[in-house]
Amino acid sequence: MNSLYYQKRLLRNIGDKFFTSLSVICVLIAILPLIFLVTYILIKGGSQITPELFTLEPNPPGDDLDAGGINPALIGTLIITSIASIIAIPVGVGGGIYLAEYSKGGAFSRFIRFGVNVLAGVPSIIAGVFIYALIVSTKILFGSMYSGLAGGMALSILMLPTVIKTTDEGLKLVPNELRYASLGVGASMYTTILKVTLPSAFRSIATGVVLGIARAAGETAPLIFTALFSYYYITGFGDLFYEMGSLAVLIYNFALEPYDAQNKLAWAASFILVLSILSVNIFSRILAAFTEKTKRV
Amino acid sequence: MEEKLTLFKNRKRFGIEKNIDIIFKNTALVLSSLVAIILLGIILVVFFQSFESFSRYGLKFLVTSEWNPVKDEYGAFTAIYGTLVTSFLSLLITIPLGVGTAIFITEDFVPKVFREIIGSFVELLAAIPSVVLGLWAIFVMEPFFKAFFVFLHNFFGWIPLFSTEPTSRNSLLAILILVVMLLPIVTSIARDSLNQVPKKLRNAAYGIGASRWKTIFSVILPAALSGIMAGVLLALGRAMGETMAVTMIIGNSNAFSWSLLSPGYTISSMLANQFGEADGSQVSSLFYAAFVLMILSLVVNIFAQWLVKKFSLKY
Repeated sequence: MNSLYYQKRLLRNIGDKFFTSLSVICVLIAILPLIFLVTYILIKGGSQITPELFTLEPNPPGDDLDAGGINPALIGTLIITSIASIIAIPVGVGGGIYLAEYSKGGAFSRFIRFGVNVLAGVPSIIAGVFIYALIVSTKILFGSMYSGLAGGMALSILMLPTVIKTTDEGLKLVPNELRYASLGVGASMYTTILKVTLPSAFRSIATGVVLGIARAAGETAPLIFTALFSYYYITGFGDLFYEMGSLAVLIYNFALEPYDAQNKLAWAASFILVLSILSVNIFSRILAAFTEKTKRV
Repeated sequence: MEEKLTLFKNRKRFGIEKNIDIIFKNTALVLSSLVAIILLGIILVVFFQSFESFSRYGLKFLVTSEWNPVKDEYGAFTAIYGTLVTSFLSLLITIPLGVGTAIFITEDFVPKVFREIIGSFVELLAAIPSVVLGLWAIFVMEPFFKAFFVFLHNFFGWIPLFSTEPTSRNSLLAILILVVMLLPIVTSIARDSLNQVPKKLRNAAYGIGASRWKTIFSVILPAALSGIMAGVLLALGRAMGETMAVTMIIGNSNAFSWSLLSPGYTISSMLANQFGEADGSQVSSLFYAAFVLMILSLVVNIFAQWLVKKFSLKY
């Protein structure tokens, strides 16, 4: 009769308790540094935020106590990320359309899907090395060496696999009935894709693309020898062909400076970077969860 | 009769619409082949740029650790060793932590809301740029672990891995920051593969009287193993290619040392450090190192993909 009740001292129950607490310890060890990390960035970086930060140029590191602001880096990050998106989104969406809509699962599409996965695994610094060899050292862009344009190209290589994958997967989720209906009433393939399948997959594709952009905005390794860094305001279109600062490279450069003022600037820049990346992430997650709910109804 | 004929005539598309259709399809085709072209381009460009160094040093480059731009002597052993050691050791710490966390999230120890919060929090952390992690490592982790490293050296100094006086930036710190970085990847992939294990298997195990952890160890984990392995390999690829955080904290020294408490080098941190101001045959040697890194991460990635394909349809 006793065997029907829960027995504390049974080996299996002790073992279960032991492993359960072990997994709780794992969670604590995993989560605690992450919580510290986020709060530290938010507090330490948030306390450095001033209005001048957004308007001034950074001062060159030195003995002067005032570090200036991060305006050129902020604008530079926006520009470089936009260049990357302008290249990667059309190419990626187009490639994804081919994979999802036209290919019939043959050798070619399998090879491309494989290539997409491999490209996603290429270390980000290799993208920088590649663009350095292809564009910076050859001065192929009208004689300019390090430039914001080259930096944007390096980032676009990193964004491309994400965009293709999300397009491919988003389009695959569109029910085939929609395609049959569209083709059935006489629409051509490209009308079907542009007017029916692409719009109905728009939200999932957009979510993935936005996440890809947010990821690219924080990338540093591809930029340190393609876009380099600049202390000066971005004044016009011609600046695209010169060295361009970015938040990520600013954090890297100024974290390694021995001066306190520059270090503080690095914290402020990472606060802005992390806050914008996290809010984009959270926002798109909420949006995705919301659309999932409405779809089920 | 007349009307019917025109109707049939109109069944054919206009020439221009047909052409647009063909152009659209071919543009998409070209754009998708661009991926392959870029991938091949990266491999070829890096290989040809490294050719000078490759023909001069051959495979000796991989086993010598002289890196001297003045004497024009190059060997990347320290960096290759550093890359492998930091990535494998960090993975060794990450796997139990990540899988343990994933189990906690997929089991019902605490209400679902908490588990979802923990899960999405871990996933959000994958989005934090590595340069910010590096900054945090320099200003928070470095002072925090200082005393611990001294302790390690004093009590375990007889192990070659801890045989030198701890320097302020060292390989062990790089390993620790890599753990923070890899945890979200391993956790979220392990969670996904644990979630994909059919409920039937769990119910069957409970039904024949297995305890919870017996079920986890003998039924659920084996069933999810291929997915977890693939995630681990992806994390390994990330760890080997990871540049910024490691560069900022590893100390960047090409002097070879077995000790993890002394400054080290990885291939990617060497590239980040020297590429900007290198010239002459140093550039070619750096490209050679980059080529080695690329091959390493390609092999790991392709193996991961093969693993997923081979084992994913088991259940």
